[in-house]
This record gives sequence, structure tokens and C-alpha cells, in this order.
Amino acid sequence: MSEAQEKQTTETSKKIPFVDYLILDDPPYLQAQECTSCDARYFDRRNACASCFEDQFRPVAIDREGIVTSFSIVQMGPIPYVSAVVDCGGTSVKCTIMNVEPSPEHVNLGMEVKLMTYSMGQDSEGTEAIAFGFEPI
Amino acid sequence: MGADTIWIIGSNMTRFGKHPDKDVVDLAAEASREALKDAGISLSEVGVLGVGNLMNAGAGIGQQLQKQIGQTGIPVFNVSNACATGATALRVAVMAVKAGETDVGMAVGVEKLAGAGLLGQRGPKPESETWQPSGRVGALSSTEGRIGTSIMPGVFAQVGMEYGHKYGGTSFELFAKISEKNHSHSTLNPLAAYQKRFTLEEIMNDVMIAYPNTRPMCSGNCDGAAAMIVVSDEKMKSMSLEVQKRAVKISASVLTSDPYVDGCQILPDVNTLTRNAAAQAYEQAGIGPEDLDLVELHDCFATAELVHYDNLMLCEEGGAVDFFESGAPWRDGAKPVNVSGGLQSKGHPIAATGIANIHEIVMHLRGEAGDRQIEGARVGLAHVIGLGSACGVHILEKVA
Ligand SMILES: [Zn+2]
Repeated sequence: MSEAQEKQTTETSKKIPFVDYLILDDPPYLQAQECTSCDARYFDRRNACASCFEDQFRPVAIDREGIVTSFSIVQMGPIPYVSAVVDCGGTSVKCTIMNVEPSPEHVNLGMEVKLMTYSMGQDSEGTEAIAFGFEPI
Repeated sequence: MGADTIWIIGSNMTRFGKHPDKDVVDLAAEASREALKDAGISLSEVGVLGVGNLMNAGAGIGQQLQKQIGQTGIPVFNVSNACATGATALRVAVMAVKAGETDVGMAVGVEKLAGAGLLGQRGPKPESETWQPSGRVGALSSTEGRIGTSIMPGVFAQVGMEYGHKYGGTSFELFAKISEKNHSHSTLNPLAAYQKRFTLEEIMNDVMIAYPNTRPMCSGNCDGAAAMIVVSDEKMKSMSLEVQKRAVKISASVLTSDPYVDGCQILPDVNTLTRNAAAQAYEQAGIGPEDLDLVELHDCFATAELVHYDNLMLCEEGGAVDFFESGAPWRDGAKPVNVSGGLQSKGHPIAATGIANIHEIVMHLRGEAGDRQIEGARVGLAHVIGLGSACGVHILEKVA
């Protein structure tokens, strides 16, 4: 659990993010770990930098808006969904596109989208999980 | 004393498809014994064995194979490297012969997948009473669907769509046309799992798996095995003229992994490692893409085939759509691609794929490809890529 997440867990105690890199601030944002040596950005727990092999990182806030650079409409389960890569000011983010009809008529390459969050429900202790997606602007 | 030149003197693949009456070892044994027969040598002459199998990676399939076809005490390398597993097994045999450790190597790739469904599909983790962060991003449950997709059809769909975003010109119809080509080619390949021709309309109207890939645009899970015997130059020259005449030279044998590029841990970058492997292979072989008479590339999905035209430098950078539209990759075109039918119709028994694609080239260079023979073929390239990622590129030449 990241320091940021621990902080917000104790402060709000009832809301936790779906993943460590979603920061439930106002407004919420995604936070990358940026290599202090080469500026490569990651969203997962790191052992070292895959680009330059150094091991020092600083947290950086990712732009909350971006454009869809790739997508697929995955129809293998009961509910089709839009998987996409969004370029947020030069940082690629993997996400599901929400609040859009999952059909090629409604999703486009180059489409402008923005970060959104939604509730995943509460667990048995009343803790609410908050997930993120992107939605058309 | 290492060997500079490596030759393929024996090659075989089983029919790809459903083999309910055979287990993994049966299939491996069939391909291995036929490859030995094709080479005209005994198992006792083989000094190293590379065996690829993904679904039973911890089971020592190489030794299980030896228990059935011959236990000679030679070193066995059981390898697992995603869809590049077969190519990796061959690399092991080639490296051992190159290093001078032995004169004869055998590589086998085998998989049983019929009925396995689409791979990489994971069910949701069982929901616990309270949210429990786990894994490298501290996710509270499976990220699949919640944060895009990591399942192959969706990932490779995005690979093709990304190409479209970068260079333009792609469409659902374009990708479907690539599939139409490969299914058309498959009608001439008796070893293909599916030999059915599809019209463009049939492909586009079939079940959508992950837009823009419908079911016929995805590689088929099936059973199959392929095996190959490689020898040093010295060994080859000691063999009968009949064997020498049919020998095919491995002019390049390359394996790469994905180097770091921006965004590669978001959407897997299947391009850079393929481009690197191709560049190294052309350099090793001393030939260029213009010299190739045919190419077997890793069309695990129709969307993937498009980007590899570019990655293998069969066209100008950014020119894959024009390359396809020109008709070049059809079997009667300027640069035939996947005349075997490709993974979309030949089938994709994962660990067998990386040897089977080389087998296809071998058959054409020997002039033994039957109805689908590319006349006068002398140089061919085989490419595989496994997500994760690993890429194998082999360039073969007919010299004799
Ligand atoms: Zn770095």
C-alpha cells in the first residue's frame, strides 16, 4: 500500500481506491511513479527502472484528460466493454471507457476523454471501493 | 570448434486440429520420429534436444518424449516462452550446434489445446468479505474489464488499432480482408486445422470477439506438434547426396525480448522487438526483405498481421495498409505472406507454432509444398511472437 493510499485510508476510512495509483483527492487523479533519473513512468510497485535500471522514483500526478490512441470492444463476456489506451499529456494509461455505447459507432481513435470515478460497492465493514475509468468529454 | 553454418536436414509437422486419441507425448513422438526419418538419421546421433511445451511447462515433456522414443542420455532443454516457445526450442538446438557441443540437434514443439477456449481468460478472483489489495498495483479484485483488458484478442486488437491511430487507413473491413486472404490460402494446406474459405461478408458478420476481430480473425486453438533436425556444416557434408540436396540453410536465427519504450508496460509493444529481430536477422543473413520469396508471420489475430508487414520491413514504415491493398501478401502477389493459411486457419498449437512456421518455409524451399508451392522459392522468413514478450525470426535459404 502506498503512503498516499495509507493516508487517505485513515483520513476518509470509508473509501478506498480500486488500485494504489488512483488517488481519491478532490478531484481524484492517477499517480505515476517517475524515475528520477530518466523520467520513465510506471503505475506498479517497482524494484527498479526498466529503462535505466536506477531505483529512485517520485510520485507525479497524471493529466485528467487525454485522447484515445487505441481501443477494442471486448465482447467475450456477458457485458461488452471498451478497453482503451489513453494518452494523458504524454503518459499512456490503460483503462475502460465508461458512459459510452460499446459499439464502433460511438468510440473513435483520437476521441477526447476525461478521468471519472465510480463506486464498486461496500464490503462487509462498510468500506466503499472506488474505481476509475475514462469517459467522453 | 563451433559451426558457422547450420542446416535443417529433417522437418515434420503433424496435422493441426483435434487429436482426441493422442496425448502430448504421442504428438511429439510422431513429429520427432518423422523428422528423424526425413533426415535419414538415427536418434542415437542426436546430441541435444530442445522441447517446447507451454501448457505443461513443469512436466518435463522432453524426458517424457525420450521415455517413449529413446533414452540416449543427451541433455534436454525444456523451454517455455509464450507463443515463441517452438522457436526458442529451435534456438537451443541451433546454439548448441553453433557452439560445437554437438553436430546434431533436435527441436520439438508440441501442444494440446483443442477445446481450451480463448487463452489468457481469467475468471474473477473470489470476492472476499472485505476489500483486500493485492498484486503490484494493489488491486481490490481482478482488473480485467475494470481497467481495460489483458486478454489476447483485446490486446492484439488494440495493437492493430494503435497502428491505425498512428498511420491511418485501417478499418474493420481492412482487417477482415487480411483474414479472408489467409483463409483462402488455407484451402491448399492439407495439414491446416481449418481449410474453409470465407467470404469477406462471412468474416465480418461472424461473432465479434474483440472489435475489430471476429471469430475467424482469431487464431484457432488446436492440437499439434512439429519437429526439426539441425546439423553442422561438417555433418551435413558427411551425409548422402540425397540428404544434402534437400538440406535448407539457416541463414539467420534470432530471438529477442521487448526492450523498454514509453508506454510498453501499458499496451505490450509487439513492434520494437519484432523490428529488432528482423534487423538482426537480415544482418546475419546478409539479405534484405526484398530478397524474400515468402514469409510466414505470426498472425495470431488479423490485426497483428498488419503491423508485422511493417515490423518485418516488408513495406515502408507506416505503409502496411498500402502494402496489403496492393495485393502483395496474397500467394500470387509480390511478397506472399502466410501461404500456409496462417494461424487463423492452420491453427495455433502454441509451442508447435514456432517450428511449424519454419517447416512451412522448408517445404517451399525444397519444392515439396504440393498444391501451395511458391514456384522457385529460394529464400523465406519465419516469424513468431509471444506476448510478454519474445520474438523469433528465422531466415532460411535453399543453397544446394
Ligand atoms: Zn529510469
